Amino acid sequence: MTLSRGALLGAAALLATPSLSRAQGQARLLVVGGGFGGASAAAFARRRYPDLAVTLVEPKTRFVTCPYGNLVIGGVRQMGDITHGYDGLRARGVRVVHDWATGIDAAAKRVRLGGGETLAYDRLILSPGIALRWGAIEGYDEAASERLPHAWVPGDGAQTLLLRRQLEEMPDGGVVGLAIPGNPFRCPPGPYERISMIAAYLKRHKPRSKILALDAKDAFSKQGLFQDGWNALYPGMIEWVPANRDGRVTRVDAAERVLETEFGTRHKVDVANVIPPQSAARIAIEAGLTDQSGWAPVNPVTLESRVAPGIHVVGDANIPGPMPKSGYIANSTAKQAVASAVASLRGEAPPQALYYNTCYSHVGEDYGISIVGIFRPNAEGTAIVEVPNSGGVSPRGDLPEQRRLEATYADSWYESITKDMFA
Amino acid sequence: MIRITLVAAALAAGLPLAGARAQAPLVAEGCIGCHGPNGAGAGGVPALAGRDRAELVALMAAFRANERPATIMGRVARGYTEAEIAAAADHFARLPR
Ligand SMILES: Cc1cc2nc3c(=O)[nH]c(=O)nc-3n(C[C@H](O)[C@H](O)[C@H](O)COP(=O)(O)OP(=O)(O)OC[C@H]3O[C@@H](n4cnc5c(N)ncnc54)[C@H](O)[C@@H]3O)c2cc1C
Repeated sequence: MTLSRGALLGAAALLATPSLSRAQGQARLLVVGGGFGGASAAAFARRRYPDLAVTLVEPKTRFVTCPYGNLVIGGVRQMGDITHGYDGLRARGVRVVHDWATGIDAAAKRVRLGGGETLAYDRLILSPGIALRWGAIEGYDEAASERLPHAWVPGDGAQTLLLRRQLEEMPDGGVVGLAIPGNPFRCPPGPYERISMIAAYLKRHKPRSKILALDAKDAFSKQGLFQDGWNALYPGMIEWVPANRDGRVTRVDAAERVLETEFGTRHKVDVANVIPPQSAARIAIEAGLTDQSGWAPVNPVTLESRVAPGIHVVGDANIPGPMPKSGYIANSTAKQAVASAVASLRGEAPPQALYYNTCYSHVGEDYGISIVGIFRPNAEGTAIVEVPNSGGVSPRGDLPEQRRLEATYADSWYESITKDMFA
Repeated sequence: MIRITLVAAALAAGLPLAGARAQAPLVAEGCIGCHGPNGAGAGGVPALAGRDRAELVALMAAFRANERPATIMGRVARGYTEAEIAAAADHFARLPR
């Protein structure tokens, strides 16, 4: 497959070339979090740098994706379609450890695991995703989420299935309420795709039902395209209430299923999907990597923490400038972080960065829309900016073929990116 | 002799040799999220692997200039420089179809 250790070391020494070996053996890349950022990082690292020893720490043995979870909620996909295992990464030579990282010692370059083991690293890639800020909406804690699901951090899939079951049990003519957070949060178009998939289910099975979407914002991602689609496919079914019309939910009564807004309007609903405000996952906060915003500031070129050298924070946990908190950006930033980590181990400059995103959303099962973004660090390397005149959203108008094609491209995206991560 | 030169070149570039042959430029990594690992294609999204290099470059130029109807590729192509497109096209053209 590759040169033997000895040959590589010998030749490298001869040429005085930086190699990936340390005096004691292989250079060690540790990845914490086996989701979009972490699995992408581990897979890419083994594919591109076969000399690197890669360990992945992830508590779950099965990963349920957020992407396409809305289609499970809408009843057009099954849980098995969005569940992935780690055998593919093992086959690529990744050491997969199913445990929680409970602490990071950046100075000593060590990560402590829940089971007691301590792992030493030369470079750490941290992609732990988000934490839901329990209590940020009064009355919305973990116990309340058992009755008013968020389905925003799928975990073992239970939250997604709970929301699905509640929709199935709701009588025709019921009201589904959603509480949608302000920016920034995981997957800007996600709540509106969810509204769409719930509407698709209701239209088919409970057509007298309504959706009440209470939003902490006045505008949202792909808004015109979503609203065009809602008018075309689900006329009269969806009411979206922006913050400036008292849409911001500040309190919930879980027992009564009441969503209460800033100015005291109490909406009693039959099914409530509460998507609370978010922060970086706990491990990033506890390691001191986040600022007062709750997210981790990083170098735009290397994704290295501004606080702790040697730790690259990718995926939703970081502060991505104008980039969305998406799976595609997690994948793209993970690769740049790995390449930068390797460059640093070799004493080289980091590679030029380019971050790529396409987020497809399903408005109907065969009706897709998208937003594309291509991003680069600015010339000074101090901030990430979107490439001018590129990217943007799908064209508006009556374009059935465009919508149909984008729904099929969304399926291709899901297949391709999950293969890149897990196959 | 050629082999030794290759080894030296790969090492001088800081690359492991096995990877040196099929190494995707980082810019091509963005493509595979839709076009599939190794650009093999996926469902309705066409393959890039083994396509003619000049054809790929010309397609992207047409997408960039809005001279070819596009579902999303016009929006994508305008994010890349010509050099980046050439590097990605080089890479995918060399992969087996
Ligand atoms: C409904 C919905 C739809 C979406 N649709 C899309 C889409 O179509 N396209 C798209 O690009 N994005 C989509 N997203 C966004 C996408 O899911 C996220 O941006 C992506 O998952 C972020 O990747 P991540 O690695 O940061 O976090 P995750 O993918 O959540 O992975 C984090 C992992 O870290 C693990 N972890 C956490 N703490 C620790 C610890 N202490 N130790 C070890 N492991 C830990 C977790 O168990 C988890 O597996 C969607 C999101 C939602 C909610």
